[in-house]
Amino acid sequence: MSFISVILIVVVAFLAGMEGILDEFQFHQPLVACTLIGLVSGQLVPCVILGGTLQMIALGWANIGAAVAPDAALASIASAIILVMGGQGEAGVDTAIAVAIPLAVAGLFLTMVVRTLSVACVHRMDAAAAKGSFGGVEAWHIIAICMQGLRIAIPAAALLAIPTSTVQGFLESMPAWLTDGMSIGGGMVVAVGYAMVINMMATREVWPFFAIGFCLAAISDLTLIALGAIGLSMALIYLTLSESGGSSSGGGSNTGDPLGDILNDY
Amino acid sequence: MAEKVTLSKKDRLSVAWRSTFLQGSWNYERMQNGGWVFALIPAIKKLYTNKEDQIAALKRHLEFFNTHPYVASPVIGVTLALEEDKANGAPVDDAAIQGVKVGMMGPLAGVGDPVFWYTVRPILGALGASLAMGGSILGPILFFVLWNVIRWAFMWYTQEFGYRVGTKITEDLSGGLLQKVTKGASILGMFVLGALIERWVSINFTPVVSTVQLSDGAYIDWNSLPSGAEGIQTALQQYASGLSLTPEKVTTLQDNLNSLIPGFVPLLLTLLCMWLLKKNVSPIVIIIALFIVGIAGHVVGLL
Repeated sequence: MSFISVILIVVVAFLAGMEGILDEFQFHQPLVACTLIGLVSGQLVPCVILGGTLQMIALGWANIGAAVAPDAALASIASAIILVMGGQGEAGVDTAIAVAIPLAVAGLFLTMVVRTLSVACVHRMDAAAAKGSFGGVEAWHIIAICMQGLRIAIPAAALLAIPTSTVQGFLESMPAWLTDGMSIGGGMVVAVGYAMVINMMATREVWPFFAIGFCLAAISDLTLIALGAIGLSMALIYLTLSESGGSSSGGGSNTGDPLGDILNDY
Repeated sequence: MAEKVTLSKKDRLSVAWRSTFLQGSWNYERMQNGGWVFALIPAIKKLYTNKEDQIAALKRHLEFFNTHPYVASPVIGVTLALEEDKANGAPVDDAAIQGVKVGMMGPLAGVGDPVFWYTVRPILGALGASLAMGGSILGPILFFVLWNVIRWAFMWYTQEFGYRVGTKITEDLSGGLLQKVTKGASILGMFVLGALIERWVSINFTPVVSTVQLSDGAYIDWNSLPSGAEGIQTALQQYASGLSLTPEKVTTLQDNLNSLIPGFVPLLLTLLCMWLLKKNVSPIVIIIALFIVGIAGHVVGLL
């Protein structure tokens, strides 16, 4: 790998680390992070496939309140680097995913460490504020962001420092039953993310929509965009109907909505 | 009283841009406080020229704050309006400002999480990922562009809305709008999740349930095909007309399950995960367990 590629990979890793906490541009999402690594390392297609596959697993991973989800940033960056260094192209995607999951857990602990270290930064900000120093407050905030960036950039650089032959040797030494089993496991792990999301959203009122979605998805002619459009339309219809139903019955409660009654009678 | 100090559009844009870094110094003590004050600094500089007032403002905004990073924008808008009033001499005390922040952050986080993390991101993510798994670069681009357009539009317009409406925003939001948005998002989210589970959770049971010898004419008789390219053509035609490739019909456990309800096992697996999560089993433990099940199942030939 050329020197420039290595530098760019570390920069991408830094961005992903920042985003792992900021959650704004989504550089830390596998879809984006793996693609960027692929772009700067010249192995775009395998990395895009890896990103897509990991994204499916990570769909439900979200930081809620003080809780931290498994770390998509470290998982995507490190597994993409391993995929690139392994040199197996698209065939290496399954193995890379198998490696990504333990890394997501490791990243979780790293981010907790940095969040604890940030307490010290905030105390420095207090001190700067007491002196009325805008620059000081800003500087410590930026330092804290950079610590989050380094959280991913340092492990990425360490991985790149390992000779390519060692990585390839390690990947080749993994027996087929292990990698195949891991990729089967990967197909099931997707369910955990969905389960997390459902647990957060599910109320008795919205379960019928889950059932409709599940059944409609079996029609393979419907694309995801079509399914999204159906879902959106149903949500709008439901809201409109429950409003008119609510005002006529005066209570505005769940029992007053006609569509809900129809669905309950199913 | 001298001339009224107001925040220009440029100031407000600067605050909006800085609010992108809201979670940068997220910490276990006061969570988003560092990012919050970082975002407000341009406004504080503009509104207060006196050093003591500036210090007071910085300290006031280093208090605890935590919400969903995007729905912080309307709270910032309201806070800007309050700070502007205060700078112009209105009797707004620190407790009132802190009260507005704390009062808004809870209910708003309750909207931001289901809307952004559980509806918009899974939908766009699944859309992008399904394209990307086919090796198309369009997948990541679509996800990245759409997400950021939605995010920027939301952050800027809600901040402006908060700034214009001021504290009245709480009345507007509690008037049913919040509940409506949340409910609509959960309906869409649940619908899409149902679809995603059917499509993307994959479990394949390989054990063979039955092997049935097919009658003559129900399968392609490879020995009696014409030779050469013609033979390939005939074989393909026969295959297209529904003839089996082999003389035996092999039915795996998976085929049986699929004819019952497609996606039934993924559904059961998801329900099991939900139940485990409700029992406070860590998602990490479940993930690792599923990998072990995958490997063990593969080794014994079940999966």
